[in-house]
Amino acid sequence: MASGVRPRVKVPKSASAGETITLKTLISHPMESGQRKDSSGNVIPRSIINRFTCEFNGEMVIDVTLEPAISTNPYFEFDATVPAAGDFKFTWYDDDGSVYEDTQSISV
Amino acid sequence: MTKLNKSKALIAMGLAVSSFALASVAGAEGHGAAPLVINGDIEIVTNTAAPAHMENISTIQSGWEFRTPDTQDLQRDDFDNPGMLGVDDARETWATVEGSEGKSCASCHGEPETLAGVKAVYPKWNEDAGEVRTIEMQINACRTENMGAEAYGYSDGAMTDMSALISSVSRGLPVNVAIDGPAQATWEQGKELYYTRTGQLELSCANCHEDNYDNLIRADHLSQGQINGFPVYRLNNAKLNSVHDRFKGCVRDTRAETYKPGSPEFVALELYVASRGNGLSVEGPSVRN
Repeated sequence: MASGVRPRVKVPKSASAGETITLKTLISHPMESGQRKDSSGNVIPRSIINRFTCEFNGEMVIDVTLEPAISTNPYFEFDATVPAAGDFKFTWYDDDGSVYEDTQSISV
Repeated sequence: MTKLNKSKALIAMGLAVSSFALASVAGAEGHGAAPLVINGDIEIVTNTAAPAHMENISTIQSGWEFRTPDTQDLQRDDFDNPGMLGVDDARETWATVEGSEGKSCASCHGEPETLAGVKAVYPKWNEDAGEVRTIEMQINACRTENMGAEAYGYSDGAMTDMSALISSVSRGLPVNVAIDGPAQATWEQGKELYYTRTGQLELSCANCHEDNYDNLIRADHLSQGQINGFPVYRLNNAKLNSVHDRFKGCVRDTRAETYKPGSPEFVALELYVASRGNGLSVEGPSVRN
């Protein structure tokens, strides 16, 4: 169970229609790989974000599968073309079943 | 520094396979070409004339100047700087009531921004306690004496987060640590430690950070060992690191028994090393490898 998970997203407040904008996302998460052992030799169970998606008005922008080799606090930066005003919805899926969401609106 | 570009490219490749796989490659502006401005607002002095007490170095440089452009760029925007995660956590702690007195940091200090300028002058002589105190010692004094709360361990995550918060509100202000008056004896002790060789390798701080800065130590550039950027988010261990943790790592690397974080020796050393950065901007939390 990961604690202190906090998603952060940076989306421009506005853009012109058809413009390509840069989105930045960062989620604080330990991304425990499942390969490490604690001081008494027991394997620390895997606990990672295994999927990250970004949707715009219900349309998938990016859908990423994350693997254990991704390090702490996964950061994604990507571009998207904005056809009209709407909402970017960001979703992170945790191994433990938790789903973290954030939504940011953009006007054109 | 151009002769070293090839090795820098290798370091950058190493970075690219971590969490930054999808990050766009940073602009190709050369080493130190674009000065460090945080959030397009806070201008950071990363090199300047050395303070008068330094005998062997004429220009002091922040460790930021020795890093690759990719790492440097992480510090230009708070969103990109993973150290700010710790600052955000500390902001919550700041407003949380703890201890028997029913107080939080905010009860006395208001907003963290009221402590702007504090980090720039620490470590600092404390008249009542009759000792030189670091930010961490002051945080614990506040917690135990004013809040009736339990002291943090000197290098705990919560402690380092809090000192990162206090540092973050002073960013851009010049480091100006007092080395005269009552602090002088401690400062002299720190200087003595700085130039004392330790461990099986018989290295002093000065052997690397004064005689050989900008040379390679294995695949990494030696910096001048400035601490204006602490606490530091290290890509190496993906967390905020305190000054004393860094000292401990360095002394261990000379294959010596180290002093403990929070020990009087490290406090003296911190005062001396901080004073070597008088004139640079407070930069913490910074990003290093």
